[in-house]
Amino acid sequence: MVAKRDKAQLGFWLYLMTDSMLFTSLFATYMILRNSTNGGPGGSELFSMSFVLVETLILLTSSYVCGLANLAIHNGRKKEFVMYLGATIALGIAFLTMELTEFGKLIAEGHGPQASAFLSAFFTLVGTHGLHITVGLIWAMVLIWALYRQGRQEDILRKFSLFAVFWHFLDIVWIFIFTIVYVMGVK
Amino acid sequence: MQKTREYRRQQLRYAYAYVMAGALSIAVYALAVDSAFTDTMFAVIVLFAAALQLYIQSRYFLHLDDKEVPRWRLLSYLFTWFTLLIIAVGSVWIMNHLNYNMGMSPEQVDQYMNSQSLKGF
Repeated sequence: MVAKRDKAQLGFWLYLMTDSMLFTSLFATYMILRNSTNGGPGGSELFSMSFVLVETLILLTSSYVCGLANLAIHNGRKKEFVMYLGATIALGIAFLTMELTEFGKLIAEGHGPQASAFLSAFFTLVGTHGLHITVGLIWAMVLIWALYRQGRQEDILRKFSLFAVFWHFLDIVWIFIFTIVYVMGVK
Repeated sequence: MQKTREYRRQQLRYAYAYVMAGALSIAVYALAVDSAFTDTMFAVIVLFAAALQLYIQSRYFLHLDDKEVPRWRLLSYLFTWFTLLIIAVGSVWIMNHLNYNMGMSPEQVDQYMNSQSLKGF
């Protein structure tokens, strides 16, 4: 049992480290292309900082609550665990909705990914993060379903600790999207 | 009783990290909206805040310093960050000095790039 858990953790950690290489390439591409706006508006005209701050705080809260869920399941508190995990999912959905709203608004105003190299890089970077969030949300819902289906504490604990690391990782990636894309883009 | 107290203590650790990370985000936001710093100074401060937040979240959320977490996690994490920093900083540095590296003025680089892209792939 312990060996299986260790293997899964090693494999998943390897995945996360390579995934951060993917994100780094997208970050580097964005930083190089950020001024290639093809005569169109740049970040300072397109981004709303207060909107992004709310998005950031929602994702941070989601990551925090996910940590609380991790603590709860490690202490055998199933009810608290389901409550925290539910909150994690709800906040994740709120975050994703805000991100899609921003995308929809940009595209509707004619600032879609095909408008300039800057916007292509922006949509690729932020969209890849959003895709990860979507996958994480589906994963979390499957975990809740699995909890009611089999309910073996040990299995859930093993599966959930991987999800928690994934979710925290996505929030760490977002720190840099917030800083490099939005904060430094608006300035 | 002992177990409950330990549980609460761990919860407090999470709350501490949460408040710190949130405060940093809000501070950076306030700076972005209304800042008296020059562009370079601003970038340095903001990137430092991001690094600080990375440290807080890695320590309190990912528990990389925890005794129960195997050592290879921290080592591979640090090594990955080291590699990624070289890729990111290196790419930006090279691309922003393209004219110097090619022995051309910025206008000449643009002209050259345009003529190349007109040729197609």
